[in-house]
Amino acid sequence: MMVRVLAFARLRELLGFGERHVGVADGTTADAMWSRLAQDAPQLAALRASTRFARNGALVDGAAVLHEGDELALLPPVGGG
Amino acid sequence: MIGLSAQPLDPEALVRAVKTEAHGAVVTFLGTTRATSPGDPRPVAALEYEAYETMAVAEMETIAREVQDRFGPLGIAMLHRTGRVALGEPSVAVVVAAPHRGAAFDACRYAIDALKSRVAVWKREIYRDGDAAWIANTAP
Repeated sequence: MMVRVLAFARLRELLGFGERHVGVADGTTADAMWSRLAQDAPQLAALRASTRFARNGALVDGAAVLHEGDELALLPPVGGG
Repeated sequence: MIGLSAQPLDPEALVRAVKTEAHGAVVTFLGTTRATSPGDPRPVAALEYEAYETMAVAEMETIAREVQDRFGPLGIAMLHRTGRVALGEPSVAVVVAAPHRGAAFDACRYAIDALKSRVAVWKREIYRDGDAAWIANTAP
């Protein structure tokens, strides 16, 4: 299945994309997607604790299961203002 | 008027948008870009803001509803810049118009604190030496 991954700020720079369609097995969790992405960007490993996930615009934890067509956003600590 | 703006903010326009004859108090908060960052001696040349627009706007609208529930009835406008913001320019504006000053001050403080801790916006400091760093918010 295909999941649309969005990455912002430092995570976008480390991953080298702001948006990408990623093919993964059915039942993949947000955490598993993170681990997969971290294979290509080892600096991500140290940032898992400070990163939050949003699935289709709503915050979820790492155990959240992804489905075909979902959007998974990787959110660093915010810095507005 | 709630959302993101790639253009310079116009606080007077926000005041005009929220103020009615029912309001005796208007509080405007402007967050402006500083020349230095705490704990970093390097002079800042500009700031850049990036947002997850759909989540950011939805959360700002949630905050506006919370403010209305806690301190209303009142009028509120919240705009946050995206893109490059020059030094001294506002990066965020919160305007609250209320019948009396107590609610206006309290609501404005609540809204900017909530925005800074919850809204999906990121800030990158660009230093005069050409280096840059993403800066996360700390607790108010």
